[in-house]
Amino acid sequence: MRIVVDFDLCESNAVCMQIAPDIFEVRDDDFLYILNETPGEADRARVEECVQRCPKQAISIAED
Amino acid sequence: MTRTPRAVTIVGASLAGLNAAEALRREGFDGPVTLIGAETHLPYDRPPLSKQVLAGDWEPERAALTDPEELEEDGIEARLGVRATALDLDARQLALHTGETVEFDGLVIATGARCRTMPGTEGIGGVHVLRSLDDCLALRADFEAMPQRVVVVGAGFIGAEVAATARGRGLDVTMVEALPTPLSRVLGDEMGEVCAEVHRDHGVDLRTAVGVESISGDGRVERVTLSDGSTIDADVVVVGIGVIPNTEWLDGSGLEVDDGVVCDASCLAADRVTAAGDVARWPNELFGETMRVEHWDNAAQQGAHAARRLLDAAAGPFTPVPWFWSDQYDRKIQLAGRVHGDDEVRVVTGSVDERRFAAIYGRAGRIVGVLGFNRPRHVMRYRALIEQGASFDEALAAEY
Ligand SMILES: Cc1cc2nc3c(=O)[nH]c(=O)nc-3n(C[C@H](O)[C@H](O)[C@H](O)COP(=O)(O)OP(=O)(O)OC[C@H]3O[C@@H](n4cnc5c(N)ncnc54)[C@H](O)[C@@H]3O)c2cc1C
Ligand code: SF4
Repeated sequence: MRIVVDFDLCESNAVCMQIAPDIFEVRDDDFLYILNETPGEADRARVEECVQRCPKQAISIAED
Repeated sequence: MTRTPRAVTIVGASLAGLNAAEALRREGFDGPVTLIGAETHLPYDRPPLSKQVLAGDWEPERAALTDPEELEEDGIEARLGVRATALDLDARQLALHTGETVEFDGLVIATGARCRTMPGTEGIGGVHVLRSLDDCLALRADFEAMPQRVVVVGAGFIGAEVAATARGRGLDVTMVEALPTPLSRVLGDEMGEVCAEVHRDHGVDLRTAVGVESISGDGRVERVTLSDGSTIDADVVVVGIGVIPNTEWLDGSGLEVDDGVVCDASCLAADRVTAAGDVARWPNELFGETMRVEHWDNAAQQGAHAARRLLDAAAGPFTPVPWFWSDQYDRKIQLAGRVHGDDEVRVVTGSVDERRFAAIYGRAGRIVGVLGFNRPRHVMRYRALIEQGASFDEALAAEY
């Protein structure tokens, strides 16, 4: 599982960071950073929650 | 006798309704799922209607929340342009405006809310409200005609965003607010004043502590008369004075309606009937308060919760920390929690003068809210503290 964020859509509202702070971080420069692009299967449920809750539908999961 | 429904009908095909439908499938529900929506459009996102779409930066298609292929893949049947007019809980039937009656088993009520209007303005051209895509496109067309003066009635979040977008288009804007300080009921006086200053800095003529007496014109709007007797010339007026939940169709159904559909803590309104989104009122146990929330995040979350609750009585109470954002000019304003005008407010990071800060709200020793101006990271950190029920002192001591 690889996390893909469409940075043109992302508006740095940090919803994903609240769900998975170990994977997503909005830093002081107001940009979103992906801390772990390829989390393991154990994190799938949380990442899917991020995909669902992102208000901009900016996050997707690539299976490769 | 409660049991799991064999089929689920969702009334209201917008954010809460669509999230309910998708959650049913995610949870493995394999019975029929039907979405009934009064608008002719497939579910779309409303926040861009006062921002990118109104600004002309996005075409409406970009606000779509789904498409026919996705619905088909998920096995969700959408009946659009169809309004539910009555609910019969005993017969488990819905009446539709087409004259049809349809049976249902499980039901999610997600009919949202509509804008409050100013009496006496019906039929005056150039007077707008903003809730639907059609409203947005009508207002956008009026903005594109480069009006001389736009008057926004109400400086709540929608009014404020419309004012910001109109200024972004180079239009002359006057905003009229009945309260002495805009948003003081939701943010307190001090932070409401910060919002007011942002508009003034961007050239909005903000008039506070004054009501609107009338909006008039010969066929098309010409002026707005204020309660102090003054008048403002106007060729476009946008009325943003709050919303009313769409519950009239439930009259006589036996469901309790009190400024929204009254639910229990788990979003259940009756046997196999749940409600979600702007239309739902429920006791949020995290705050010990009954609330109806008009935010995007709540509609999405509650839609999903209402679906899970239909499938599983053990879904538990719905206990979110309400959260929303508002984009005005280059500021991203976010508020999480339940803030009252008289809470204690402390700026915890950044500078109010630079309009880049986070402030937290405390009541009875607990942190109950956080407001951020271009501080999304902090808002989410403090939101987590609110969720944990942290004390105000603990929150003040936290370093993020
Ligand atoms: C212009 C605008 C900007 C916004 N910006 C933000 C923002 O920046 N941040 C934020 O957090 N929130 C924002 N919101 C709020 C957010 O969009 C709403 O909270 C959300 O849309 C609520 O979703 P809902 O599904 O509960 O209700 P709604 O979106 O109101 O949808 C209800 C649907 O039900 C339909 N319906 C009503 N009655 C019937 C009936 N009897 N039969 C069939 N269908 C019916 C309606 O036509 C409608 O399509 C904004 C709202 C607007 C209008
Ligand atoms: S939730 Fe979506 S929009 Fe928000 S920071 Fe994460 S990716 Fe960006």
